[in-house]
Amino acid sequence: MADFDWSFFTEVLVGGLLSGVMYSLVAIGFVLIYKTSGVLNFAQGALLLFAALTFVSLVERGLPFALAFLVTFAAMVLIGVAIERTVLRPLTNKPPITLFMATLGLSYIIEGAAQLLWGTQVHGLDLGIEDLPFDVAGVFVSQFDLFAAATAALMVALLSAFFRYSRIGLGFRAVADDPFAALAIGLRLPFIWASVWAAAGLVALVAGLLWGARLGVQFSLSLVVLKALPVLVLGGFDSILGAIVGGLLIGASEKLAEVYLGDLVGGGIEGWFAYVVALAFLLIRPAGLFGQKLVERV
Amino acid sequence: MTVAASETTASLLPASPLAPAVIKAAPLALLLVVAYGVIPFIGDSYLFEAILLPFLALSLAGVGLNLLTGYAGQVSLGSAAFMAVGAFAAYNFHLRVEGLPLAVAILLGGVSAAAIGLIFGLPSLRLRGFYLAVSTLAAQFFVQWVLTKFSWFSNQSASGVIDAPPLTLFGLTFEGGAGRYLFALVVVTVLTFLAARLVQSETGRNFIAVRDNETAARIIGIPVLRTKLLAFALSSFIIGVAGALWAFAYLRTVEPAGFNLDRSFQILFIVIIGGLASLRGAFFGAALIVVFPLILSRLGSLLLGDVFDSGVLDMTQRIVLGALIILFLILEPDGLVALWDRLRRRLQPGSRPA
Repeated sequence: MADFDWSFFTEVLVGGLLSGVMYSLVAIGFVLIYKTSGVLNFAQGALLLFAALTFVSLVERGLPFALAFLVTFAAMVLIGVAIERTVLRPLTNKPPITLFMATLGLSYIIEGAAQLLWGTQVHGLDLGIEDLPFDVAGVFVSQFDLFAAATAALMVALLSAFFRYSRIGLGFRAVADDPFAALAIGLRLPFIWASVWAAAGLVALVAGLLWGARLGVQFSLSLVVLKALPVLVLGGFDSILGAIVGGLLIGASEKLAEVYLGDLVGGGIEGWFAYVVALAFLLIRPAGLFGQKLVERV
Repeated sequence: MTVAASETTASLLPASPLAPAVIKAAPLALLLVVAYGVIPFIGDSYLFEAILLPFLALSLAGVGLNLLTGYAGQVSLGSAAFMAVGAFAAYNFHLRVEGLPLAVAILLGGVSAAAIGLIFGLPSLRLRGFYLAVSTLAAQFFVQWVLTKFSWFSNQSASGVIDAPPLTLFGLTFEGGAGRYLFALVVVTVLTFLAARLVQSETGRNFIAVRDNETAARIIGIPVLRTKLLAFALSSFIIGVAGALWAFAYLRTVEPAGFNLDRSFQILFIVIIGGLASLRGAFFGAALIVVFPLILSRLGSLLLGDVFDSGVLDMTQRIVLGALIILFLILEPDGLVALWDRLRRRLQPGSRPA
């Protein structure tokens, strides 16, 4: 290890941390829903796909960027309300795992609908940020990754402020603490749930645009949910901070493992390595890094 | 997970005081007579290749997952991985051990799947609910990676695709659609029978106790950890054999990509739609999953003509399947099997309305 290349190591590490931010972006959408309705929303990836696909298709039809963003956001709000009405409300008080399976079905519906509506071809998405590497103290960093990290930071700041200072945000927290007590003091649960799904839709839209710009907007976009799950397991399902720290840890360890261990076993380990990290961690701390409590019975 | 109607209560209800076990067993006997004695002679190859063979393999996988998820209450999203282990292990045992009968190879495939299932079941000792469901995904991705990465498993075939050996059992070779159907039918009948015995045994009741209340189960002296691991192993064994059937009897050639996450979800859907904690449910669910795309494609091209191409069909299938899942979860959480029982009770004169 005498000639260990530290600058290369740092470069891999920074690249990993920044791609971890992209995972966190997806994971935050999960946390929002989980905190307020106790559902692991498997459809988050499908929502992300739907948002990105709708946005790209609107832009391709000549809508200006801002208008397309607003229209897509409105669509996500509508979907959120529809999900609350047709899926969550009838399933109130069912075991969490039933709700999870319902979101599995939901993800099939949304994926199918998105592609039925907008077609299955791959769309390019240009956000106007060039993916040029630039030099920070001898380490090359992708400009796009930095932009994504800044966006994520901004979004987390906004969400935190929203939760802390706004009335609806306080309502969210009340519901997360105790849905029955929240109901008893007259909070309208359906409204809260619908707005939380709308907020998750916004997160999905932002994450979808960033991931779409990176990978192209296509079906495989909905598979980023599989990247976010180990992040959630590691960070705890109900902690935004956990989603961020988990994302960074997973992103960094995944990249490092791919570069330093991948060759030993023939590469391609990014599909499962994150899961192994998360599992190994859970054996030590079953509630994740920042999880509030152990998820009780299935 | 709380499942209201377990198999035992469901099958007790329609029995009037006069009905002895003979009458209860009559429909099953009739079904077996038709399955063994009639269908092989009147079915055409489309019926075998497109409907019955995938139906049998998926039903068996559904039976396996139902042991784990329906009875023991542990949700798994990695069923396809255990199918893949079963298929590839059976293939390799048959290829590399001289003179090993195919039936033994398939059995060993199931045993290998059970061993892998045991390993990936270990997290269930500490994790519950979503955390466990997510951790079973690790099995899905890891197994698929191993099978694609190391070409030894597919006998160095460049594409990772393996060709199935001829199906032989006790010196008989099962060929053609009808032959392979019979082979699969024998395997499915035997394993389903054993699974039915299992769920009524003490082990089966332990599964249910662990599902319904883990702490209470521990208090009355049920070895919870051992029971969970046993559920993982037995379920994976059956799913592994189902994978071997899927590869050898249905597709005849198999690649790791065929056992992807979508297949795992498909098997979970079979269990949900058919009915949790019901072995019959797995057959109902598998029938629906196999037949409904065929009906949808016929119906679609009939109503919409050329607009309904394979892409649209694929998407429509996803939407309808997703909607079915949600509808069943909301309207009939006990699945098709509960619908069926209600229908039968209504048709049976003299029985009390439930």
